[in-house]
Amino acid sequence: MAYSEKVIDHYNNPRNVGSFAKDLAGVGTGLVGAPECGDVMKLQIRVNLNTGVIEDAKFKTFGCGSAIASSSLATEWLKGRSVDEAMKIKNTDIVNELKLPPVKIHCSVLAEDAIKAALADYRDKWGKKEAVAGSKAS
Amino acid sequence: MALKFPIFMDSHSTTAVDPRVLEAMIPYFTEKFGHPGSRNHPFGWEAEAAVDKAREQVGKLIGARDPKEVVFTSGGTEAINLAIKGVAEMYREKGNHIVTTAIEQRAGLDVCKHLERQGYEVAYVPVGADGLVDVEGIRKAITGKTILISVMFANNEIGTIQPIAEIGKLAKEKGIIFHCDGTQAVGKIPVDVEAMGIDLLSFTAHMIYGPKGVGALYVRRKNPRVRIAPMIDGGGHERGMRSGTVPVPLTVGFGKAALLCREVMPEESARLKALRDKLQDKILSSMDEVYLNGHPEKRLPHNLNISFAYVEGESVLMGLNKELAISSGSACTSATLEPSYVIAALGVGSELAHSSIRFGLHRFNTEEEVDYVGNRTIEVVSRLREMSPLYELAKEGVDIKSIQWKAQ
Repeated sequence: MAYSEKVIDHYNNPRNVGSFAKDLAGVGTGLVGAPECGDVMKLQIRVNLNTGVIEDAKFKTFGCGSAIASSSLATEWLKGRSVDEAMKIKNTDIVNELKLPPVKIHCSVLAEDAIKAALADYRDKWGKKEAVAGSKAS
Repeated sequence: MALKFPIFMDSHSTTAVDPRVLEAMIPYFTEKFGHPGSRNHPFGWEAEAAVDKAREQVGKLIGARDPKEVVFTSGGTEAINLAIKGVAEMYREKGNHIVTTAIEQRAGLDVCKHLERQGYEVAYVPVGADGLVDVEGIRKAITGKTILISVMFANNEIGTIQPIAEIGKLAKEKGIIFHCDGTQAVGKIPVDVEAMGIDLLSFTAHMIYGPKGVGALYVRRKNPRVRIAPMIDGGGHERGMRSGTVPVPLTVGFGKAALLCREVMPEESARLKALRDKLQDKILSSMDEVYLNGHPEKRLPHNLNISFAYVEGESVLMGLNKELAISSGSACTSATLEPSYVIAALGVGSELAHSSIRFGLHRFNTEEEVDYVGNRTIEVVSRLREMSPLYELAKEGVDIKSIQWKAQ
């Protein structure tokens, strides 16, 4: 199978590989997929509790080149967005950007799941504190 | 010597035509283009003589008593179809049961599935963790209706060599026809239809440095005389078992390839085994959590199949595919999007099937290539592990099996 140039670029130069400590302030972690399916993504966001903006994002992925590229791209897109804006990232955006062929669409679906899981984890852990911090600021 | 890229190490899929084979073929495209069935002029005689010679060369490679026992086909897949369907149709009155293994190559399994839809019954005998089929398991699977035992000589993914002579003995004892898929073994290791009790043997030229487009089915003529129903009807070529004009240049190439394999086999298999062992030792001694798939000894000398835990096979290939041709049992590299059923049949867990990489060495590989491939594979796997969440969890001491994964 021929890979798109963008997939190859993300595979060769993955953006934001790494991990945050799970209990670090403002960090939300998503871990999705399953080893027996051949795809596992861990995606983390670090949100500024005062502004609600995602300041940093990191990923680690077990999967094919398209899965690595999808999660790498997701971290790029998450940085600088608010939590609400981040919710709007769709797998189809990833498919279009990376020109994924039909057999690789599940990689983009998994990346969207990882984003949603990281955001949900963030809201569970830090959502109230964000609200408190936000009300203090206003 | 400078390395030439890309390096080919995927010899279980195909091999390059040996230049000596090509040289032997060339005259049969142009000057010597006759039809071997033309009995009344020199063009036909010349072509017939060339096909007869090739038949003898191919027969000798597998220890056939009589060259007439070699039936040329279009390749291994056709030979397998002809063997299994040919027996099934010919002996339908006698029974409808076939015994095979769970790790046959796709052609073998798919033919059996086709026959199951036609009312035949098939027992798929499992293999152990080393890929070996238990002869007692085959014995137990045999019923009063069994008309065929079909077992591959050596597996195309893990290279495990089955106890063919023992299975041949069992088949003879039970009076059941024994088909062996010799695609990966013929020309690489000794295969002897007489000594091993093989009644039908399918194999192909392009796996032994011959051309694509020609293969053969050995069909035993004595003790017992095996009869098969043809799949292709027509002019009655190949003793009525496979009609269609014999492709003379390809067949000549097949014969020459067989001759060369027979001459160089002891030396070549020892050389490739030494190179394979070097590659294997390099990888296994340099990395943690790498697993050899298949039997450590009863294995094709040029085969190496390793699972690199915590990295996915396609991503490994992607890191190497500009410079190196190898293959993986990962779902992402298969047309069916399922991980390798062969690795899965070993009971290692499908995550290790996704992580399996197959190296297939061949006549034209050099030691420099092997050293390069070993180093690059280790580099790419190490890089991918640094971005693997599973490797990170394992390093933290988390048992990956203890996590509740949500499969998509």
